Amino acid sequence: MTGVRVAGVGLTHFGSHPDRTGRDLFAEAALNAREDAGVPLDDIEQLNVGNFAGSLLEEQGHMAPLLAEAAGLDCPATRYEEACASAGVAVREAVRTVRSGEADVVLAGGMERMTNNDTPETTEALAIAADELFEIRAGVTFPGAYALMATAYADAFDVNEGELKTDLANVASKNHDNAIPNEYAQYQREISVQQALDAPPVAEPLGLFDCCPVTDGASAIVLVSEEYAAEHDLSAEVAVVGTGQGTDRMALQDREYLARTPAADDAAAMAYEEAGIDAADVDLAEVHDCFTIAEVFAIESLGLYEPGEGLGAARRGETRADGDHPVNLSGGLKAKGHPVGATGGSQIAEMTRLLRGDHPNSDAVADAEVGVTHNAGGTVASAVVHVLEVAE
Amino acid sequence: MSDAGFDDWLHAFAADDGYYLECANGHGLLPPRRICPDCGSTEFAEASLPESGTVAAVTTVHVPAPSFDADAPYDTVVADFGAIRLTGVVDAEPGTTEIGDDVEPAVGASETTGNDVLMLRPVSAVVEDTGPE
Repeated sequence: MTGVRVAGVGLTHFGSHPDRTGRDLFAEAALNAREDAGVPLDDIEQLNVGNFAGSLLEEQGHMAPLLAEAAGLDCPATRYEEACASAGVAVREAVRTVRSGEADVVLAGGMERMTNNDTPETTEALAIAADELFEIRAGVTFPGAYALMATAYADAFDVNEGELKTDLANVASKNHDNAIPNEYAQYQREISVQQALDAPPVAEPLGLFDCCPVTDGASAIVLVSEEYAAEHDLSAEVAVVGTGQGTDRMALQDREYLARTPAADDAAAMAYEEAGIDAADVDLAEVHDCFTIAEVFAIESLGLYEPGEGLGAARRGETRADGDHPVNLSGGLKAKGHPVGATGGSQIAEMTRLLRGDHPNSDAVADAEVGVTHNAGGTVASAVVHVLEVAE
Repeated sequence: MSDAGFDDWLHAFAADDGYYLECANGHGLLPPRRICPDCGSTEFAEASLPESGTVAAVTTVHVPAPSFDADAPYDTVVADFGAIRLTGVVDAEPGTTEIGDDVEPAVGASETTGNDVLMLRPVSAVVEDTGPE
């Protein structure tokens, strides 16, 4: 089994680009990644691309050959769909392909075009990540589902509504602060805790600033074998040393826990075992904060906090850039943006930049060696965790 | 077009005859099912649902999907009925439901589409069964 290196990463700006096609977004990210990697076009042996709802939002199915063509590739190409974890799964399978020796160079990433639709259409499209019979028909929206989990969390850990909302507002404010210097971020502006608390309700207890935005964007990374990197003298100092995936019941009502995310626990355990690390070794994390409460579930599943103790982490400053556990230095989904099918690849790209030292927030984690990414599908019925390390 | 298994299950609530599936090892499930995801059992029997359950999670939805546009704002809850939980729209003033409240299932209709919706009614507000509105 060979080691896997990140040879290059590429992103588009995350934001509102309603006039840009999905194929154009992905082409930009893929070309950026290849340029960053310094890998010839013909050396790319496989494309794994994540896309969630192109068939609804862009009326485009059969996405993989389209995006391969857009990226100038002539190789086996497959689209992965795991809701918001689509690109995470695409990356995971790319890692496994390189490890196995089947390919030396794989391009992985994802794309979502969303703002070409109005908000109700997008809300309806995103809701298909939930159980159609038992949740969507019962009026559950995507924010509504996380709001249900938030109230169950508050009940389980004896947190009153005011404390819950304040702690979640601190998550939003922190991630906006982190996005300010990130040139790829949708919202490069701060919001105060009070602004977040004063925002209109979406699905109580979650308000507008507890929710990630609707975003267009694409991500791409070039993964190579250690041997290929050495032979071609590539500067690929970040290694993917662990990958894990977990699954839970689709509908919240059918799960053992309403206030925990065991699929991510399982994904983290698998990835940590592969990497030979435990939670204490993690220097920083990029996690799936599609809603502020989701960041709380994520840092608990990653083992950075015990269940019930993650809620106040941002308020206490511990997950801020200068805290003990910096989380979402990219700005996270909340402020960097969440082009659904691209997010898992974006997290790997941002973590790579943070560890290489060429991210605007790298100085906050100058000595970091181990970074973890956490990408979740739906209400964490699926989850993917990767461990990245600065290779010796 | 119907959804076999699910539609029969939903409409049983309208006849005050709600049920769930119990596998050979006692795990509670909702139809349609061919195998128990807990234990692999493929044998099921219908079991009567308790008359009421307890709210385990609640949200007031202000920004709905288009299919619930005219219904908003409304409360959606996950309620614990022992062997299974149910998710439904609360048939009460939005924002008045709390975790721990007792609710009972019924079939109502979406104000937006007219489609059948699993409703969960606060037990304290139920004087008599008036059927779906």
